[in-house]
Amino acid sequence: MAIVKTQRHADMPPPVSQTGVIGWMRENLFSSPLNILLTVVSVYVVWWALSAIVSYAFINANFVGETRADCTGSGACWVFIKARWGQIMYGFYPVEERWRVDVGYVLAAIGLFLVLSDFVKNKKWPAIYTFVVVPIVCYFLFYGGSFGLPVVETSQWGGLFLTLVLASVSIFVALPLGIVLALGRRSTMPIVRMLCVGFIELIRGVPLITVLFMASVMLPLFLPEGVNFDKLIRALVGMSLFSAAYMAEVVRGGLQAIGKGQTEAASSLGLGYWQSMGLIVLPQALKISIPSIVNTFIGLFKDTTLVLIIGLLDLLSIVKAGTTDKEWVGMATEGYVFVAAVFWGFCFGMSRYSIWLENKLHTGHKR
Amino acid sequence: MTAEAADLEVAKLSKFRDPRYRAIFYQIVVIALFILFVAYVSHNTAVNLEKRGIASGFGFLSQPSGFGIGIVLLMDYSSQTSTHLDVLIIGIINTLAVSISGIFFATLIGFIFGVLRLSKNWVVNKIAAVYIEVVRNIPLLVQLMFWYFAVLSVLPLVGDSISIGDNFFINNRGMNFPAIIPSDGFWLIPVALLVAIVASVMISKWASKRQDLTGQIFPVFWTSLGLIIILPVIASFIMGGPFTISYPEFGRFSINGGWSLEPEFLALLLGLAIYTGAFIAEIVRSGINSVSHGQTEAAHSLGIRGSFTMRLVILPQALRVIVPPLTSQYPNLTKNSSLATAIGYADITAIFAGTSLNQTGQAIEVILITMVFYLSISLLISMFMNWYNKRIALVER
Repeated sequence: MAIVKTQRHADMPPPVSQTGVIGWMRENLFSSPLNILLTVVSVYVVWWALSAIVSYAFINANFVGETRADCTGSGACWVFIKARWGQIMYGFYPVEERWRVDVGYVLAAIGLFLVLSDFVKNKKWPAIYTFVVVPIVCYFLFYGGSFGLPVVETSQWGGLFLTLVLASVSIFVALPLGIVLALGRRSTMPIVRMLCVGFIELIRGVPLITVLFMASVMLPLFLPEGVNFDKLIRALVGMSLFSAAYMAEVVRGGLQAIGKGQTEAASSLGLGYWQSMGLIVLPQALKISIPSIVNTFIGLFKDTTLVLIIGLLDLLSIVKAGTTDKEWVGMATEGYVFVAAVFWGFCFGMSRYSIWLENKLHTGHKR
Repeated sequence: MTAEAADLEVAKLSKFRDPRYRAIFYQIVVIALFILFVAYVSHNTAVNLEKRGIASGFGFLSQPSGFGIGIVLLMDYSSQTSTHLDVLIIGIINTLAVSISGIFFATLIGFIFGVLRLSKNWVVNKIAAVYIEVVRNIPLLVQLMFWYFAVLSVLPLVGDSISIGDNFFINNRGMNFPAIIPSDGFWLIPVALLVAIVASVMISKWASKRQDLTGQIFPVFWTSLGLIIILPVIASFIMGGPFTISYPEFGRFSINGGWSLEPEFLALLLGLAIYTGAFIAEIVRSGINSVSHGQTEAAHSLGIRGSFTMRLVILPQALRVIVPPLTSQYPNLTKNSSLATAIGYADITAIFAGTSLNQTGQAIEVILITMVFYLSISLLISMFMNWYNKRIALVER
């Protein structure tokens, strides 16, 4: 007698060894003897590194106290960072004036949020606020000398504050200058092109230090007698020229990606050079090069640490000065780990933003 | 008809509306401004220099330098008799030494981590990702300071050196290891090595030609390896061992004998190799990723084994994508080696553009020479890499 099922048999569950957590582990961790060995070795390495880091930075670390004597643990002594927090953040900016820096931060943060995020669609007013109003207000806030605010000389600026000032001012100057250089490099006029190529290649061929040396040693020689900038401005000139050359190459990449048809169409509509560049080509070119511009900015932000060599007290050099303090012997590891963490936070955030932006701007290419 | 004629008339009248004439006009303006700028700057400079009593020119190069240098390779140097020109040469040698070794290790680290980043093993993959993301986002100068002040300076004193085996010591003055001291007849060994290398190149050319003609494969790798090891060994036997090995030994205050590497050099090398390695790893990863998976599948369907697929199919195609961005990393590393100033390694920027400049006050000449040096290095490296790139580039019909 044949057994005939009248109902469809229920689906069997997929084999345990090929799906779910176990399947994933078999596929990704234990697929072959070599792979098993790799997994075991690397898990051991990760375990060793993580436990060393956690016990150094947290378990055996000191968080409370005021002086070197409170560093009793075998791990990190974060008391050092806490004790010097004010200096690390603001340098020698007078304590009672530090609210000015904080107000500047808040104003800039609001503007940047409006410009960079997706919440506001029309970017015209946020852009005017961020790139025109905020810089002017910040200048008067930080330097003072008017509206009843006492002057704070730039030699007193320092710490993270100085790092942020260096980075933002340099990018603010470098971007327009870079656009001009890029346009010059693609110009049909041979002399303009030659000058731009010469400048860009010269700057890109030498290290930033030599440019900073040049700005700090040679700039005073180039200027007429009696005219003298302070150290910060000299560093800013060097950094801006340096990043302008790199920015020019990024923008040139964007310009090259825009087809010739766009310029020709603009000309046939009767637009002149500046009109067709400003209204047709540059908006498209800049849009596609925004991720690379952000990457250049990350590089510039990291490069601000080099002002240590010409004697400005940015975040890195103020921490370095702190580690040579007799009261705080042996704090080098804590200091540099802290600086590294701060820079890492900023740069990693920016690179994630650049990736997010790239995905957002890649409309139509990906499905 | 008359309107058109009038238009032509207008066009003829204003030459400034003609783009060609306008371009010439603009260029004349630009050149005039540039010349004015240069003249203004050089006038100011001349006045300033005269006021400070500095004579321009390169005469200062032959003046005695009068300061000591920490690391001197391949040269004799004394603060009394040596000149600023010697300082320049030592700076160049030191920069080249650290750059070349840095490029070697950075490429090694970069290729290893780039391949690991593509590993199917999740843990390995994530380790490589963490390395790349952490190192790329921290300024190189911070890393150098970390290695120098936080790692190498807190190593034990010379007396309590960490020893690996009996002949290899690590302490806060650097690293000591056995040295080979050449004696008479040592010249034959490098000659033998050179002969072996030339022979290997010729064998590999002959073998690939033979493979093209007959399809027979010759074990080029093992033959070359054998030649490169055996020929120098034979040479040293012929000359009766023309060298002595000097082992580092503990003296009263320091370790004598052997070779030593200074902590400044080690910190700079570590920093440069690890930092640039992360960038190269990312380049390698994207290069290998850019070869479509169909290539692997096609190779497998032809019966080519895994490692051969990588070597014969994937890598040659990936290299085409890898080489151009790699080209820009090598000059970057060389330029970044100028950060040596911050940790006291005696490279060209530290001792020539730093100490010599401060002593002589010849800012313009010193900075000019330094810049020309870096520019020519960048140019040389990119010329070499362009040549290599052309060799491996896709040959299209």
